[in-house]
Amino acid sequence: MSTAKITGIAALDGGQRLAVKYFAVAIVLFGAQILFGLLAGFQYLSPDFLYGVVDFSVNRMVHINAMIVWMLFGFIGSIYWLIEDESGTEVVGLWLGNLAFWLFTIAVVIVVVVYLVIQTGPGQIESIWFINEGREYIEAPRWADVGIVVCLLIFFYNVAATFMKGRWSGIAGVLVLDLVAVAGMYLTGMFYSPNLSMDQFWWWWVIHLWVEATWEVLVGCIMAWGLIKTLGARRQIVTTWLYIEVALMLGSGILGLGHHYFWIGTPEYWLTVGGFFSALEPVPLVAMVVHAVYDSGVHRFKSPNHPALAWLIAHAFGNFFGAGVWGFMHTLPQVNIYTHGTQWSASHGHFAFFGAYATMNIAVFYIAAQRWRGNVNFGGGLVDNGWKWKWALGLLNGGVVGMTMALLVSGYDQVFIERALEGATWSGFFKAQQNVWYLQGMWWRQIFGYMTLAGFFLLVWDLMTIGVRETRPAVFPTEVAEHAA
Amino acid sequence: MSNVPWWASESFWRKTAIWVTAGMTLVLIALTFDTVKVITAGHSRVPAYEVINKRIYYRMNTKRKFQEPVIGEDAPLFGKMLSPEEAEAMVSHGKMTVQAKNCGSCHTLLGNGAYYAPDLTKAWLDPAWAGESVRETLMVQFLLDPTTNARGFGSTRRMPNLHLTEEEARAVVAFLKWTSAIDTTGFPRNFTPVAQEGDL
Ligand code: HEC
Ligand code: HEM
Ligand code: HEM
Ligand SMILES: [Fe+2]
Repeated sequence: MSTAKITGIAALDGGQRLAVKYFAVAIVLFGAQILFGLLAGFQYLSPDFLYGVVDFSVNRMVHINAMIVWMLFGFIGSIYWLIEDESGTEVVGLWLGNLAFWLFTIAVVIVVVVYLVIQTGPGQIESIWFINEGREYIEAPRWADVGIVVCLLIFFYNVAATFMKGRWSGIAGVLVLDLVAVAGMYLTGMFYSPNLSMDQFWWWWVIHLWVEATWEVLVGCIMAWGLIKTLGARRQIVTTWLYIEVALMLGSGILGLGHHYFWIGTPEYWLTVGGFFSALEPVPLVAMVVHAVYDSGVHRFKSPNHPALAWLIAHAFGNFFGAGVWGFMHTLPQVNIYTHGTQWSASHGHFAFFGAYATMNIAVFYIAAQRWRGNVNFGGGLVDNGWKWKWALGLLNGGVVGMTMALLVSGYDQVFIERALEGATWSGFFKAQQNVWYLQGMWWRQIFGYMTLAGFFLLVWDLMTIGVRETRPAVFPTEVAEHAA
Repeated sequence: MSNVPWWASESFWRKTAIWVTAGMTLVLIALTFDTVKVITAGHSRVPAYEVINKRIYYRMNTKRKFQEPVIGEDAPLFGKMLSPEEAEAMVSHGKMTVQAKNCGSCHTLLGNGAYYAPDLTKAWLDPAWAGESVRETLMVQFLLDPTTNARGFGSTRRMPNLHLTEEEARAVVAFLKWTSAIDTTGFPRNFTPVAQEGDL
């Protein structure tokens, strides 16, 4: 038994020291995302609020851009976190990784300041290069796109070269190939076209092929590693599962892209291709739930890190319901022709992004926090009974699920009134916006948004304090399992 | 590990994952070649930019069982017939303005974007523009000063002034006229277009 526990930076390997920097920025941006979401949501209820000063469009842009970036930071951090452990060697170009971290962070700060202060520019290519690109999720100006690609390439180099120097594994192989695709997809969103149909065709390559293909595989890799670490699941079984998930996810998700090609000027064969393959997309998400629950059950939920395990399970369910069920409900063209581009889409968007990706990142934050606190027990019998992490888990998930349900009610009302009855005209749009149930949905979204905010504060507080007064060392199942196997 | 059946083995699923991914990617690439050709402006479903010189109708096609844009006779925008190059430059300037002002962070276009304001795909054909004789002027006026010209139809939600120049506003109108002629496979369904000369 060790005498004094090693905590803080000293407890981390090189990759992990870099990872915690990414995590810190990710958490700040997560807070910014929620703040600007609340501002935008409030403008639905009180349209004069900040009208002409910080308009809805600006708040919304910061809201969703902060989301994309914090999740990317979280993923990059997660990979740096696990890579020395997984490859059995030190990160090859740590200084490069640090450089990329600072470049990326400074770029994000500049971009956000320009969004808030300059906001928009004249209708010229310079505005797209230096102010904003005006395309949802990838609004970042072109100069920042170039920076992002450079940082992703550095990251890719570090991951590939480190595994090359150390040892490969199934997880490593999938991860490296997937990162090529993540960076490659981003490139397809980096050109201007006057043709709106062409623009949106390629735009979806970035958005859909990120969240429904490459990011899913990425979190699959992190999940695989996480299950080995938090539960001591057997590597061979986990790796086999990972391959099955990749086959099912990419087998459906790549052509599932077609569910965005129903109404944008693209040929009608996409109705069949997109409808069919996207309808299969929930299959791997069911498989992941089975996998996570099965593994947890087999290991009797025995884990030295309860918050991490809880968030991993939240991920499995959130991914299944938010992406799988909510996605399926509007993915057939017969339905989508009415729901396309309504609060219905927003309901799904919130549930899916939170359920699939926020949860996974938070799970890794807890894995990191444990090591930072000197590998003490995060399992049962935490000093204050772990009320903070439990409440944070409840408030965050409850808040987002509540927002999802509220938006669903508004979404249905909008679909019935604006789309089915009014045929989507300007006046029809406003008829739906003033419907009493639609408005109630908007109010409830805001209330559940505050609940989400409360959960966020508690999460931050918990991450800063959990395990500080704990002295019992964690007993890691990997060692137990691998030695027993 | 010899008791693992082939269908549960790691190597079987590794190969399956690789083949499935490669196969789907190839199909996507093949379809992409075809689609990119079809959605090039001037091909079958996405109009050439000179369409802004024409009247655009939105009519029921009884065979397809949904409405589709129908290109009519000459109806030059702002009274001026444009060459193909001029038309493309004008639509492109409009598109650039739409991006630079981030209209898509309040509105949807082709149904994608934000849900705070009406879809703009068929804005050119919206019945709220009263009639085709005043439409162009009203649209430019609205874009230049959406605060004073607010409608809202009972809602207090307004579009902010985004400080477009008159040239930008006209270019945006050209862009919106062009988008209204994209064949969107019947989206948005059941749309009622503005009354125009030559309506059936
Ligand atoms: C901050 C949000 C916001 C932004 C940004 C915005 N709009 Fe609007 N827009 C609105 C709202 C709200 C309405 C409804 C206004 C009304 O009824 O008075 C509207 C109405 C319109 C209409 C009339 C609706 C119709 O169906 O014909 C057009 C056209 C329009 N906007 C074009 C634009 C263009 C072009 C841009 C970018 C240059 C833009 N908007 C940017 C919020 C916005
Ligand atoms: C984690 C995975 C997923 C995430 C993060 C996600 C997120 C989103 C988001 C944010 C949008 C709105 C895009 C916009 O702004 O226009 C969207 C649209 C859509 N998603 Fe997903 N999604 C996921 C998985 C799925 C799955 C598995 C399906 C189908 C089974 C699906 C079906 C759809 C459809 C049909 C739309 C179009 C909505 C419309 O027409 O307006 N999604 N998704
Ligand atoms: C906490 C309170 C939150 C509030 C009040 C809020 C509010 C909003 C609002 C008003 C929009 C614009 C929708 C529109 O165009 O009408 C939006 C978009 C979006 N938000 Fe949030 N949000 C919150 C949290 C979150 C969280 C936690 C996530 C995910 C992790 C998220 C993901 C998204 C996404 C993906 C979109 C784009 C949806 C689409 O285009 O379909 N939001 N949010
Ligand atoms: Fe999709």
